[in-house]
Amino acid sequence: MTNVVAVAERELKSYFVSPVAYVITALFLLISGFLFSVILLQSNEATLRYLFSNLGVIWLFITPALTMRLLAEESRSGTIELLLTNPVRDFEVVLGKYLGALGFLLFMVACTLYYPLLLFIFGEPDPDVGPMLTGYLGVILQGAAFLAIGLLASSLTQNQIVAAVLTFAILLILWLSESVANFVGRPMGDVTRYLSTTSHFQDFSRGVIDTTHVVYFLSIVAAALFLTLLSLQARRWRA
Amino acid sequence: MIDVQHLTKDYGAYRALHDVTFRVEKGEVLGFLGPNGAGKTTTMRILTGYMPASSGTAKIAGYDVFTQSVEARRRVGYMPENVPLYGEMTVRGYLDFMAKIKNIPRAERKIQVERVMESTRTTERSNQLIEKLSKGFRQRVGLAQALLGNPDVLVLDEPTVGLDPKQIIEVRNLIRGLGGDHTVILSTHILPEVSVTCSRVVIINDGRVVAVDTPDNLTRRLRGSEAIQLEVRGPRAAVTARLQSVPSVTAVTIASDGRSDGVTTYNVACELGGDARELLAAAVVGGGFGLLELRQAGMSLEDVFLKLTTDETDTGSGEVAA
Repeated sequence: MTNVVAVAERELKSYFVSPVAYVITALFLLISGFLFSVILLQSNEATLRYLFSNLGVIWLFITPALTMRLLAEESRSGTIELLLTNPVRDFEVVLGKYLGALGFLLFMVACTLYYPLLLFIFGEPDPDVGPMLTGYLGVILQGAAFLAIGLLASSLTQNQIVAAVLTFAILLILWLSESVANFVGRPMGDVTRYLSTTSHFQDFSRGVIDTTHVVYFLSIVAAALFLTLLSLQARRWRA
Repeated sequence: MIDVQHLTKDYGAYRALHDVTFRVEKGEVLGFLGPNGAGKTTTMRILTGYMPASSGTAKIAGYDVFTQSVEARRRVGYMPENVPLYGEMTVRGYLDFMAKIKNIPRAERKIQVERVMESTRTTERSNQLIEKLSKGFRQRVGLAQALLGNPDVLVLDEPTVGLDPKQIIEVRNLIRGLGGDHTVILSTHILPEVSVTCSRVVIINDGRVVAVDTPDNLTRRLRGSEAIQLEVRGPRAAVTARLQSVPSVTAVTIASDGRSDGVTTYNVACELGGDARELLAAAVVGGGFGLLELRQAGMSLEDVFLKLTTDETDTGSGEVAA
């Protein structure tokens, strides 16, 4: 477990010294701040509900950039060799990397906490706390699932750009698969609808925690991390 | 301390290692000498558990590097070729991270990091980012990282590549000082390097172990003697004297005994150039002894030496091209 913490901590620190992470955070805050104010001015409602569904779209673009470096850069520069020849188990590397990225995502989410604060100070009457909490939970779960997919893509290549594009492609397919459902008919359509992240996200912003949705996101995380582990072990066999 | 048995590694159809077998005793500094592409890095990667062998076993302190990988890795400090480091970290931050994943207890960590920085003389740069360091300093950070936790075994892949002559001497002295407490295995393609740092040398070429010997013996062989092996029937003293009378012969040693029929195998060292085989045959037959076999031995070693870098001065430029 100490290894997981050590790897995660190193990863998190390296985000904060990387210019990419600052650019991403700035961009994220710029776009989400813009959306927050525009939505607020138009709706005149003290709610974050509409913002949350937009944050999901922003994740689509931002998480590939957060995860592309994780394992691809290690294998390009060769540092993976030093990591894997130390008494660190493969799953500790995967878990550590993932938690590091998740930590940075949580930091980005924490940067948006002044939106609800503004609503509480100026909102008349006070906004509803419940939907805000579930909304944030949904945003974080969705981000967590996207990061796991990004980590998997990063383990498959030595090239960061390839990792980012691959992640984005997978996320986009998951995102859009709901709209496919209407064309392909019942049995297949049910499958694509279930796979779609959109259909699982909506309830959270409405203030509902449905376990099926939580299970959906957590299974994506588990499946992607497991495949990453396999990909890391397969590399050992191939190398 | 290190026991490698019949190691074979295939990369697809290409066989990088053929049946490599050698042992390293505790406290020994073993040089792994061979031209580029001979299989040195492959062997080291197998030893450190980075990748598995296709067949054969390797044990470190009694732990199999594949089946008991984590236990084996705990006892090894490894410095890979090209020294991959995290450029965005400071020297101290990096070493602290490595100390953590080597499971060095919190209380000891700071002391250990200071100690390895001291012994590799990187303390003065401890707060600098690794990416800003010169090649020589990176190399030393790589070495410092390998020394963390006082591992029983140190595996150093080309530790002096890319260093300037002064740094090379420093690193060699450092490595020599490590023998005794640590078992060191270092790879190189530079012949003089092994003679200054190693107590024993394994020469590898095209994935096969060609020779295992002390550096002195190897240099003697290199200085150019040609080895010829003879099987002769007859009294030993008389045969030896007869062989020594041949002009270009520098030494005659008896390779095997214990044969009841009076046949003895002799190893004859001759000066290089000018084939002594005819003269030897004539001398044996002329002396009235029975010549059963005469053949040239150790030629493959000569071939390997030809491919090795024997001149210290051209190592820098040679490395750029490689």
